Amino acid sequence: MHVALAQLVTGLSISAVLLLIALGLTFTFGQMRVINMAHGEFIMAGAYTAYMLQGPLGHQSLLVALPVAFVVAGAIGLVLERLLIRRLYGRPLDTLLVTWGVSLILQQVARDLFGAPNVEVRAPTWLDGGVDVGGITIGANRLFIMAIVVVSVTAIWFYLTRSPQGRRTRAVVENRQLAACSGISTTTVDQRTFFIGSGLAGVAGVGITLLGSVGPTLGSNYLIDAFLVVVVGGLGHLRGAVLAAIGLGLLRAYVEYWSHASIARVVVFLAIVAFLQARPQGLFVLKTRSLQ
Amino acid sequence: MLTVSGIDVAYGRSRVLFDVSLEIPDRALVCVMGRNGVGKTTLLHALMGLLPCGSGRVTFDGSDITGWRPERRVKAGIGYVPQGHEVFGQLTVWENLQVAWEVSTAAKASAIDDALDLFPRLRPLLKRRAGFLSGGQQQQLSIARALVGQPRLLLLDEPTEGIQPSIILEIEAAIVGLHRDGLSILLVEQYLDFAIRLADQYVILDAGEVARAGPASELGEPAVRQLLSL
Ligand SMILES: Nc1ncnc2c1ncn2[C@@H]1O[C@H](COP(=O)(O)OP(=O)(O)OP(=O)(O)O)[C@@H](O)[C@H]1O
Ligand SMILES: [Mg+2]
Repeated sequence: MHVALAQLVTGLSISAVLLLIALGLTFTFGQMRVINMAHGEFIMAGAYTAYMLQGPLGHQSLLVALPVAFVVAGAIGLVLERLLIRRLYGRPLDTLLVTWGVSLILQQVARDLFGAPNVEVRAPTWLDGGVDVGGITIGANRLFIMAIVVVSVTAIWFYLTRSPQGRRTRAVVENRQLAACSGISTTTVDQRTFFIGSGLAGVAGVGITLLGSVGPTLGSNYLIDAFLVVVVGGLGHLRGAVLAAIGLGLLRAYVEYWSHASIARVVVFLAIVAFLQARPQGLFVLKTRSLQ
Repeated sequence: MLTVSGIDVAYGRSRVLFDVSLEIPDRALVCVMGRNGVGKTTLLHALMGLLPCGSGRVTFDGSDITGWRPERRVKAGIGYVPQGHEVFGQLTVWENLQVAWEVSTAAKASAIDDALDLFPRLRPLLKRRAGFLSGGQQQQLSIARALVGQPRLLLLDEPTEGIQPSIILEIEAAIVGLHRDGLSILLVEQYLDFAIRLADQYVILDAGEVARAGPASELGEPAVRQLLSL
């Protein structure tokens, strides 16, 4: 019982991080048909932002790191979109290859800037303890990660459904031509989506520093799992991503506990293959006419 | 108001329009006609900037808009109602109108209300998802969406295609009203009777070229009927 509860928390905190990463992926694919392999490096950028800030700001720098990482990762994403990716819209396979190259370059840049060995980001003192629930201690760091994600996802939901910019985003996702012919600047909407998606990955990167050390390949470790969340959740779907992330995070945590990390991987993959046999389109289908 | 001079339009290598020229005078309603597949929709796509013109020019209100992006043409005052009652199906009826109104710099505060006055059927449906509307209601919404930007020129692509007769009458009344209030209109239409009732002038496309153009009074002539029959 205690074990089940402890793994539930572990699983949910993995789910939370995956969700934040998957959101950017699912929206850039849903809207622009871009498969961004460099998305993992936005996570890394966020993590190193937290590392950089703890020097000047000290232990309590984490709260500052969250918004700064959002902007830093978002800005890197925006530059990438302007320089490269926008020339490849609607060509998923080309974006996959090009962004994979970019991903390797960015990892090398990180190695040159911060060195190859992993670095540590010290958690603020108020995240040291834990909360006792039913006889087990839930780490405050894991609770904090979940809180970050709940706040972020709620903010994205409000943005999409309540704000004028979000309305435009949904219009472009659904029918790009009609959106342009309604006076919506699709380029602006694309840039904004890219900025927000990359920024969320940066926020996830800050969260990940609470779970372990930071290295140049930090992002690529999470990217595949995030892609799986996207595939299972259905492309371009907020609700689907949430459910898929929770499912995959829990599955991984439980199997990992009762067996081994690499076995957990295999089980997760098999479960996804079985799922996609039954529902190739994912949990939800996005009806879209953008970029046929 | 809108002058099209000698445009060629192609999909990749297959050319669809050849040296098409036409003129929409201020406050006029010009009807573009022609058989299925002749290139009427292609012409409107080129006028909206969804397809590039291989050669020729499009001028709107004196400025050369040939290379402009679609949204810039909308902001300059061109409204577009695509063929096949297109709406944002996941957005509510209100959001469909609001999203277009928010990006238009020229539109006044009452623009959405004015568009709804033209199609009162939409009022009780404002909170409904546009994807759940009937085809006729979607067509009305599509026209209303084009109108909230308060265009000076409206391009309509077969607004009555596949719509039930009672709603056709409402749409016709709306078009007549807009025309009377001074909006310039380019109407693509297959039905001769509908065109005869509404148009000031007509243009008939045949095999990707302008086969004949003139005042609407000629539309009853046998030579014109010949061009439109299969
Ligand atoms: N995306 C496309 N790619 C290639 N060819 C196309 C494309 N769209 C249309 N065409 C071709 O261009 C020609 C003109 O098509 P268009 O849709 O403009 O005709 P239309 O006059 O609007 O017909 P309808 O009355 O049926 O609406 C047709 O022969 C069509 O097959
Ligand atoms: Mg057509």
